[in-house]
Amino acid sequence: MASLLDPIFQGLLLGGLYTIFAVGLSLIFGVMRLVNIAHGDFIVLAAYLAHMVLTLTGLHPLAALVIVVPLMAGLGYVLQRHVLTRTIGDDILPPLLVTFGMAVIVQNGLLTAFSTNALRLPAGAIETASIGFGGINLGVLPLLTLAVAVALIAGLEFIFARTRLGRAFRATSDDPQMATAMGVRTPHVFGLAMALCFATVAIAGVFLAMRSNFDPFSGPARLLFGFEAVIIGGLGSFWGTLAGGLILGVAQSLGAQISPQVQVLAGHIVFFLILAVRPRGLFPKTA
Amino acid sequence: MTPIPASSAPRRPDWRWLLAAALVLAVASAPFWAGRAELRLLSEVLSFLALAVLWNLLAGYAGLLSVGQQAFVGLGGYVLFVLCGHYGVSPYLAIALSIVGAGALAALFAPLLFRLDGAYFAVGTWVAAETVMLIFAMIPAMGGGAGMSLPAGAVKAIAAEKELREAVIFWLVAGLSLATLFGVFALLRSRAGLALMAVRDNGLAAASLGIDIWRTRFFTYVLVGGLAGGLGAVIFLQKLRISPTAAFSLNDWSVMVIFAVVIGGIGKLEGAIIGTLIYFILREMLADIGAVYLVILGALAILTMLFARKGLWGVVDARLGWSLLPTERKP
Repeated sequence: MASLLDPIFQGLLLGGLYTIFAVGLSLIFGVMRLVNIAHGDFIVLAAYLAHMVLTLTGLHPLAALVIVVPLMAGLGYVLQRHVLTRTIGDDILPPLLVTFGMAVIVQNGLLTAFSTNALRLPAGAIETASIGFGGINLGVLPLLTLAVAVALIAGLEFIFARTRLGRAFRATSDDPQMATAMGVRTPHVFGLAMALCFATVAIAGVFLAMRSNFDPFSGPARLLFGFEAVIIGGLGSFWGTLAGGLILGVAQSLGAQISPQVQVLAGHIVFFLILAVRPRGLFPKTA
Repeated sequence: MTPIPASSAPRRPDWRWLLAAALVLAVASAPFWAGRAELRLLSEVLSFLALAVLWNLLAGYAGLLSVGQQAFVGLGGYVLFVLCGHYGVSPYLAIALSIVGAGALAALFAPLLFRLDGAYFAVGTWVAAETVMLIFAMIPAMGGGAGMSLPAGAVKAIAAEKELREAVIFWLVAGLSLATLFGVFALLRSRAGLALMAVRDNGLAAASLGIDIWRTRFFTYVLVGGLAGGLGAVIFLQKLRISPTAAFSLNDWSVMVIFAVVIGGIGKLEGAIIGTLIYFILREMLADIGAVYLVILGALAILTMLFARKGLWGVVDARLGWSLLPTERKP
């Protein structure tokens, strides 16, 4: 039992990273029913952007967030206002196809610009620092990742529940036409939602790149992990997404105990098990 | 309201049958007039076309936007390799069994995946395909991540002499591909095809007329999965080598197929055909610029979705009203 305690704790910490991958997907699905297939590829794009900032300025990766987050948020707003907005409607094919096209473009664009060599963001002392308690060593960087994940979830929950912007998000989500009639500038609100999503994408990219190597084709796996966290947790619920991320992290961590090959497979199997038992996820917003 | 008489189905002009017969004849005689490289390319074009027609049926007619067809292509390939390589089963029987196997896999996944809506269904099919790939990559008897080759004995079972063997394998690839193409065309013109189009155009109205939407989609998904498995079996029979990354390639068996259908025109058989031709012309022209070529293809797909949702054939159809393979019924 004690031997399982360590992988469970490491899995919870890994789940923090998966929550950061997932929170943006959860947000844009909640506001505009959009699924961005290129989500993972934009996470990797953000990682490359952070790498460029580091090379140019010598900043610490966490400090580079000050530059990467606004840049990505701006990119998200522009993409939504000028490209994705044309795809919104009853037909789900256009958004799917357009974001699929973006995924292929980002992957192969990065490949052309940076080659297939794997990169990593050097994070200095916190990479190896750890805190021990009860015989279990918890890395400082994974702990920080989990803390950021919880803070992002709490922050988005607060924005949705308590702010003017959150009210606009909820109104356009429930009924875009009525919201427009009531004076909400729907395209602008959708743009802001995507900007917020891309801000989380930037954070995801930096934390991914401090933790592991990345290359131009690292994106799709990140999309799938984020997607699994969202579906396990239940659509439309931010806290559910956190729970989904943690469950996925623990499943993968326990799977890795069997064999490194089983890590990702164990996550997929838990995803299908939960889909079989609770088709709407663990904490769906509407009963 | 009077029922529409059966005779109102569009009349089949003879020239279409002549065209189809000429196409079949040209393909069937290819081993006699084409070189090895041309045979390979023609097999690739035909099997890609069959996959495109199948995806078009799935997405354009049944509304099932799968990006996980590689699960069935890969499984079909592996079923053939295991049966022929390890158990000495005849390749012809193995192809039939790979269709059954891939259909069974689709029937297993469908009840789970159909719980996911629209775009989430798409990502779910992708996870399903990744799951199957990870499982195959773990089995040592199938060579794990490195894959396996078809033993010489199994290959010789088709024909001992090399040239004849290559011709037979070509006929298998081309035959199954053309059968898929004509089969889907016949299906769309049948009552079942009518039900499919009703579900696509207005699910609620179709349901109120007594069409079971779930079952219609389930059968389409299983049929398409099974046939994709059969195509996978013959595609890898020709390659003589299989590995998890090649068998379950998202790019080769889903993304490129989807881009081709979308650029050509989704929801029309002609669209799949035009898309396939454009895909291969672009590939032959731009093959040496590798990654940039994929960027161009992705950009074309995006532009099509933004500015001409019905694809190239949609533009032709709207301007000229042409119809090569009519699947609509006009009262």
